[in-house]
Amino acid sequence: MSLVKTINLNSMFNYDSQSLKLFTKEIVNKIKELVGDKEYVIMEFCGTHTHEISRYALRSILPKNLELRSGPGCPVCVTSEEDIDYIINLVLENDLGVITFGDIINVPGSVASLSYLRAMGKDVKVVYNPMESIKIAESNPNKNYVLVGIGFETTVPMLAHTLINIKQKRLKNLFYLSLHKLTPPATMVLLDSNEVKLDGIIGPGHVSTIIGSKAWEDIAYKYRIPFVIMGFEPQDMLFGIYVLLEKIINKEYGVWNTYLRSVRYEGNKKALELIFKVFRISSANWRGLGVIPNSGLELNNEFKEYDAKLRFPLTKEIKVKKTACRCGDVLRGVIKPYECPLFAKACKPSSPKGPCMVSSEGSCAAYYLYEMN
Amino acid sequence: MCLGVPLKIIKIIDQNNAVAELGYGNTLNINISLTPEAKEGDYVMVHAGFSISILNTQDAIDLLQVIQELKNDNMKFHQTN
Amino acid sequence: MEKLILLSYGSGGELMRELIEKDYLKYLSNPILDELLDSAVFELSGKLAFTTDSYVITPIFFKGGDIGSLSVYGTANDLAVVGAQPLFISLSFIIEEGLPIKDLHKILESISKAAKEINVNVVTGDTKVVEKNKGDKIFINTSGIGVIKSNRDWRNREINIDDVIIVSGDIGEHGLYIMLERLGMKTDEIVKSDMGYVGDFVLPLLDNFKGIKFVRDATRGGVATVLNEIAHKYNVEIEIEEDLVPTKDWVLQASEILGIDPLYSANEGKVVIVADKSQAQDILNFLKNFELSYNATIIGKIISTQKPRVYLLTKIGTKRILESLKGDILPRIC
Repeated sequence: MSLVKTINLNSMFNYDSQSLKLFTKEIVNKIKELVGDKEYVIMEFCGTHTHEISRYALRSILPKNLELRSGPGCPVCVTSEEDIDYIINLVLENDLGVITFGDIINVPGSVASLSYLRAMGKDVKVVYNPMESIKIAESNPNKNYVLVGIGFETTVPMLAHTLINIKQKRLKNLFYLSLHKLTPPATMVLLDSNEVKLDGIIGPGHVSTIIGSKAWEDIAYKYRIPFVIMGFEPQDMLFGIYVLLEKIINKEYGVWNTYLRSVRYEGNKKALELIFKVFRISSANWRGLGVIPNSGLELNNEFKEYDAKLRFPLTKEIKVKKTACRCGDVLRGVIKPYECPLFAKACKPSSPKGPCMVSSEGSCAAYYLYEMN
Repeated sequence: MCLGVPLKIIKIIDQNNAVAELGYGNTLNINISLTPEAKEGDYVMVHAGFSISILNTQDAIDLLQVIQELKNDNMKFHQTN
Repeated sequence: MEKLILLSYGSGGELMRELIEKDYLKYLSNPILDELLDSAVFELSGKLAFTTDSYVITPIFFKGGDIGSLSVYGTANDLAVVGAQPLFISLSFIIEEGLPIKDLHKILESISKAAKEINVNVVTGDTKVVEKNKGDKIFINTSGIGVIKSNRDWRNREINIDDVIIVSGDIGEHGLYIMLERLGMKTDEIVKSDMGYVGDFVLPLLDNFKGIKFVRDATRGGVATVLNEIAHKYNVEIEIEEDLVPTKDWVLQASEILGIDPLYSANEGKVVIVADKSQAQDILNFLKNFELSYNATIIGKIISTQKPRVYLLTKIGTKRILESLKGDILPRIC
């Protein structure tokens, strides 16, 4: 029996600002009615939701007793200290170039960040499209490069496509470090830990586009919790939160898909096929959550020759330096960003102490940029 | 590469490539291998240069309709399956 | 074989002399420069404005201009926004060896055209050549001098509650366009830099309206950063509305694809103005007469003089903080 129901809200095209404001007013009133004076906690597992919730200041209009907590939804943020240090050591110990995309270069490791190494003269490049790594490797055939693969299920198909091209071209100097992670296992670990009592879950819109709304059924059933998949426009999120509350109050559990325009029950089969042409499921080390079995992706046998960890094993064990950064606790929803003693003092976007402040999808960055009043 | 962005396909080049409209006649080449059924005129969700879904607006309820139902305290969820 | 700039061009010898006398003077000649002394010598009186800038943009040629015209307009803009009529500019080139001479000629021509258009003279300069990979094609450093007529000097005017915030036109074009260029995305003729000389409308505006309290061009860091600078300098709270900020459709699309908010994207032909509310409508009507400011719009106002803060009213009616640009989102764009 499918636990997934769909509610189709067409909010794709730009609505005029008057309609948006009217809708916001009406739905927030309804939400307030539903919430009453009880307390509820709902969590989102997608960095873009984290960012948009803050960008549209949703917490400022929703009742205070409805708490929106951010979970581990930011791929850069959940990269473990050991993995960051591995990449730093990779560059320090070998004469190779590192190619990444996104914010990871500003994440501080025990010794330094990649951007610091770049300033020191090390070969660290940021690309916007992973396919550019092929051009870089081809134009410098005598140098080795490692492409750092970060991202959840939404981004993995693009990297799989890149790796297939790397293999087709028989490149001998471009290797891959897979730091990819899968969202559902992390969700389960969080629900198992019971550190934060969750009443409902805001389901990620584009991860679900790839893995399908069905991917959440087992979790909703096992933990008897309502799960509402929603899109990223503010009206998508407000509507979705309203539906989620309705389910919480009626004590219903299951999966509701309000992002039907993009998310299908089975997800994107082609994307999933492409992922498994190149990767297979493995365990992964999550900042804040530890090692979770079956929660990551590693290169499968056909692509093992490109595995950076095999080609460049570490010569010495990494001792991760303990810092005061509490990103791990923020990621589990145990503390809010402003409850970290470093927040907005020693730790700001211009001088981040951890990935939650570095990444544009990080919870600390979102709070700092948008919610400081 | 961040948020996905909805773009309209204005030309299919082959089974893997299409041209999407960026507004004012500007275009972006996108990879459509993950959405092989995409046709000219379809809107697709594009992430990192790939379309990850064809945007379906069939039988969708309109925001304005929702506003009405909220005001009249008559919120139907238009549930399917 | 294509003629290239070699290291020897920068050493001050024969090649350098030829470069100056044949090429620079050909494009930039004026009585002061023609003297070719170690310093430009001239007489000036009055209140002077003096600015300096460096241009490291890549790509060096782009739609709407190149690094040469950018260096002229950019320098002149810095002068115009403080009420100065730009008069003299210095140009220092740091050229990476291997730059094709024809590229240098293109840049010189572009500088010449821009300078003539806005009636400034390049009166002195310098050229150095660095080894391959120690530069990036060409860097240009400028300085500029202008004269401020007293009626245009807005510096001592007080900013009050209810003063309006005006932007002189559609925002975010230069920064986002350069990003698209750098990513190799094809764009049509609508998509280009907004580079232009703002003095054309700023100086007449200052002549006609005593209620102009502050003007700044919104280059690196965009409008959001300028608003934060105003807030901190004057200790005021500013509120702007998302719905009112004028943005072209292609800029909105590009911003969604690249994940960059247009409020943080650089402009090279736009200014932020703080003005007296009572003169606001007349100011807008006045600005409509100029090509670069035809779409000038009020986007917000000063709401208090208690503390330095900038707020944004979102399209759904909520209010949040608008911070200045943090960190390094954009590559070299000006």
